[in-house]
Amino acid sequence: MALTISDVESIAHLARLEVSDDEIADYVEKLSRIIDLVDALGKLDTTDVVPMAHPLDMSQRLRADEVTETDHRDAYQQNSATVGQGFYRVPKVLD
Amino acid sequence: MERQSIVEIAAALRAGSVTSRALTEASLARISRQNPALNAFITVTADAALAAADAADRRLAAGEGGPLTGVPLAHKDIFCTQGVLTTCGSKMLSNFVSPYDAHVVEQLAAAGVVVVGKTNMDEFAMGSSNETSYYGPVANPWDHERSPGGSSGGSAAAVAAGLVPAATGTDTGGSIRQPAALTGVTGFKPTYGRVSRYGMIAFASSLDQAGVFTLTAEDAALLMNAMAGFDPRDSTCADRPVPDYTANLGASLAGKRVGMPKEFFDAGLDPASAECIRTAIAVFESLGATIEEISLPHIDASVPTYYIVAPAECSSNLSRFDGVRFGHRAEGAHDLESLYKLSRKEGFGAEVKRRIMTGTYVLSAGYYDAYYLQAQKARQLIAGDFQKCFESVDLIAGPTTPTAAFRIGEKIDDPVQMYLNDIYTIGVNLAGLPGVSVPCGFVEGLPVGLQLIGPAFGESAVLNFAHQYQQQTDWHRQAPGVPSNREG
Repeated sequence: MALTISDVESIAHLARLEVSDDEIADYVEKLSRIIDLVDALGKLDTTDVVPMAHPLDMSQRLRADEVTETDHRDAYQQNSATVGQGFYRVPKVLD
Repeated sequence: MERQSIVEIAAALRAGSVTSRALTEASLARISRQNPALNAFITVTADAALAAADAADRRLAAGEGGPLTGVPLAHKDIFCTQGVLTTCGSKMLSNFVSPYDAHVVEQLAAAGVVVVGKTNMDEFAMGSSNETSYYGPVANPWDHERSPGGSSGGSAAAVAAGLVPAATGTDTGGSIRQPAALTGVTGFKPTYGRVSRYGMIAFASSLDQAGVFTLTAEDAALLMNAMAGFDPRDSTCADRPVPDYTANLGASLAGKRVGMPKEFFDAGLDPASAECIRTAIAVFESLGATIEEISLPHIDASVPTYYIVAPAECSSNLSRFDGVRFGHRAEGAHDLESLYKLSRKEGFGAEVKRRIMTGTYVLSAGYYDAYYLQAQKARQLIAGDFQKCFESVDLIAGPTTPTAAFRIGEKIDDPVQMYLNDIYTIGVNLAGLPGVSVPCGFVEGLPVGLQLIGPAFGESAVLNFAHQYQQQTDWHRQAPGVPSNREG
């Protein structure tokens, strides 16, 4: 299935990716080919097949609801470009 | 310089004929000499390595330590290493110094290895040629104009060129086995869940698994003894006992059954490679095993299934890169949404963006059932085929890749061509099984890999088959020449 420019623009928005005008044609072409490749799966008969939930059929473990992690905020914030007073700084969200 | 296995290095260290410092200095010297041409390393940690080597020498002198104490090793740059740059091959993480160690890094450090650096890789492990790395492609030590494969291309090239005796890797769709095949080394991927994914930067969480590059299957077994085991910090890590993976090496193959999937020997396989693979599998027959043809009828569905499941999981995993808490942050964003969009536009390369968008598309409203749900059903069929085969055979053997190493630049402009390169490896990830690629010959001077696949948690048997093969052949001992010796 060939994607259109507007399809790719809407996918890029959902993925929170800026795509510039000079890149869009390349994405339309290459993503369309990838979608063509995966579209082939539509022909496979999967009637009555249960979708795989885990490669080894394991179930998720539960653990006791206890505090196990200590505070590493200062260490973790070393990797942020802008922090202040222990918070992450972002552009203004509320007027 | 001759490449040495971990087993040989450990014996020399115990005998006192070499020190870990001398080995580490030699490794660092080879890296500084060869890395400008190979580009296998993103970061070299010389000072920390020498300090670790000295500590290892002190333990060895006191008669302490184990079989990995003092052995130089490199980590794929997907593993978080505390206080050390951890880039995942991406501009997005080109400024990321990890505040903690991955489980694999902790386990190997506890076993006494000396980490000399972090290896180059396809960006976020998305690629089969190492060309999507922000840090540039890695050269194949056998021919610098060719790709070493990917995504763990730096680790494979580093071991093949003798820069280190071993390196870690990760395998989501073949990212250990394929580069091992293309560079002529042993590449082992354990069962899904056998090794903790904690601190291993996530690409596709239901497929990702850590493993190793070594010169021999015996070395892979030694490393697996240190890496495998339960870790509560990875919710899909298997909680079951870890055997001694070296204990079964040498067990007789008499009466074992080896299956060759007929679908792996179709027109897509290069005839010269096919010849090497068939000759290699016949070695098992000479050791008393029987060879039979088997079928994996849904294996054709594995490439489209993978390119739905992996991008879907990648689009979700990579949503954490938002320019706020870590990673690249764009300048000049006027609001929060444009901060996200611009940081991600600037931080990710083209292939990563294509996979995020593919994943976003197949998970979007109205398409989920047609793509993702259908893929999870196909995955069940593919896994079922393998399971059925293992009712009648002990091992599945075939090629790792359709051809030997391709040229850098040959496939990078055509993502679909690149994806098809993983046709023999992807099914193993979809089914969560262990697999290894071992060198089994050459086509026009380039290595060919034999892939051996076992049932879930059948690591010991897979490693024994690989070990027995390496007892009968010396393909794994063939080393690429250094370029200066090969001219003319």
